[in-house]
Amino acid sequence: MTNAIETTGIHKSFGDHTVLRGIDIAVASGTIYSLLGPNGAGKTTMVNILSTLAVADSGTARVAGYDVVGQADAVRAAIGVTGQFAAVDGRLTGAENLRLMADLHHYGRKDGRRRTAQLLEQFDLEAAAKKPASTYSGGMRRRLDIAMTLVGEPRVIFLDEPTTGLDPRSRRAMWQVIRDLVADGVTIFLTTQYLEEADQLADRIAVLDTGVIVAEGTPDELKRLVPGGHISLQFGEHDQLVAAAKTFGEVARDDDAMTLQLPSDGGVRSLRAVLDGLDRESITVEGLSIHTPDLDDVFLALTGRPRAEKENQK
Amino acid sequence: MSAATHTMRDSSTMLRRKFKHMLRYPSMTLQLAAIPIIFLLLFVYVFGGTLGDGLGGFSGGRSEYVNYVTPGVILLAVAATATATAVSVATDMTEGIIARFRTMAIFRPSILTGHVIGSVLQALISLAIVIGAALLIGFRPTAGVVEWFAAAGLLTLLALAITWLAVGLGMVADSAETASNLPTPLILLPFLGSGFVPTESMPGWLKSFADHQPFTPVIETLRGLLFDAPIGNNAWIAVAWCVGITLVCFVWATRTFNRKTL
Repeated sequence: MTNAIETTGIHKSFGDHTVLRGIDIAVASGTIYSLLGPNGAGKTTMVNILSTLAVADSGTARVAGYDVVGQADAVRAAIGVTGQFAAVDGRLTGAENLRLMADLHHYGRKDGRRRTAQLLEQFDLEAAAKKPASTYSGGMRRRLDIAMTLVGEPRVIFLDEPTTGLDPRSRRAMWQVIRDLVADGVTIFLTTQYLEEADQLADRIAVLDTGVIVAEGTPDELKRLVPGGHISLQFGEHDQLVAAAKTFGEVARDDDAMTLQLPSDGGVRSLRAVLDGLDRESITVEGLSIHTPDLDDVFLALTGRPRAEKENQK
Repeated sequence: MSAATHTMRDSSTMLRRKFKHMLRYPSMTLQLAAIPIIFLLLFVYVFGGTLGDGLGGFSGGRSEYVNYVTPGVILLAVAATATATAVSVATDMTEGIIARFRTMAIFRPSILTGHVIGSVLQALISLAIVIGAALLIGFRPTAGVVEWFAAAGLLTLLALAITWLAVGLGMVADSAETASNLPTPLILLPFLGSGFVPTESMPGWLKSFADHQPFTPVIETLRGLLFDAPIGNNAWIAVAWCVGITLVCFVWATRTFNRKTL
């Protein structure tokens, strides 16, 4: 399998502020690769360099087989970019925005019309096609944005925090769009602040922290690095806590708070195992909560410090 | 597709985009013509009787003043289009659409040329409306076809200069609101020149500013062309100002564009 994106030693500074310090990544064609990190980690700068919007201070990057600096136009012809802020023309209608993209991709009149109609349907924008994009809701703007990115049938797509600011339903819809795209064989480079999003979508994840990739691997490989996932049981009576501890083992028992924390991946199977155990031993619990590993846990595990603290340090 | 057709196609696509903006918000174009027409009516009907007598001409009064003031109002109309251009450019720069254009394999300068060509045409449309209104209320130029063409050429040149200036202002403005304020001083220039009264009637310090600012030679050249009056050096000075402003603002605007969009 060839690589759709390859970088070696990418460095980038803005004045005294170093944003990226030696990024090496390789993204196989037809896969989803996620760059995961908090605000200010350098995710957008990385997307800008790969999409020819910015030039790295040192290092090389090839996208779709072309050098991003020396062959920028060939890269641009192969990519589609959806940035963090919806890149739509608010003064044009949804259909006009798509036609504009079709014209700039030099489609003929008929092909441009057909592609526009097809994308309006695919992204559920037909009803709003003749309204100015400035009147769209956040979710609609984002859908139009992605549709515009797809007009030229790009082989490599960059999505910079595509679900930030979307409600849960729109976020799910966006995930489905992304899955459908990769099913058609395109390569997707996705940045996100949400571990869950990277977990749901990505074939491989790189965790970016202050300009350095601190971990890279499949979602499962990464999650093994994170000990944060657990089921927390709250007890009303002490003897119940003791009984539960006997059943599940002496893990993270807190006698004062009367809680017991059991390691879990947050999945249904591990939850059922716990519930079955409680049933079998007739143990009464007051409350149960599931804690899944999140970005904070990843950061704590990988950098040895929580996210908030890190931002203060800077 | 060859590079030349690429250039043409992307430029016309961007120009069509600009036209769609103008058609979507026709009030902007109409407003551009409305402001100078209001000034025209105000100055001709309210002040014109008195100001016309002060010109010391043969007939005097309102009918003389309408001929005197129309070239000034024409320049006011060109200056007024700067606001629309600056707002339009600033809106573009604050929306993500420019970043999208820059990640596409298109003819880059077409992003700006779309604005510039569209704005110059917008200015000329607005000028046609203003001149039409002036003709209705008694503006009677004596110019022949050649002089009209020369006047149209000079006004196009001025519109180009003002448009590039406005593109630059729209580029440095951090919001559409700022962009709508920045070109306001331009509206004052026809007043602080020979647009509404002869500069001879001004105090010395103001007269020297009025005589040497760029709008005055343009106004004087227009008067010369339209009324068969002596033009002197004004034509060359006017053309030099227009070309100079265009070049300086072209370099400034394109540099700012390249820097801001990185």
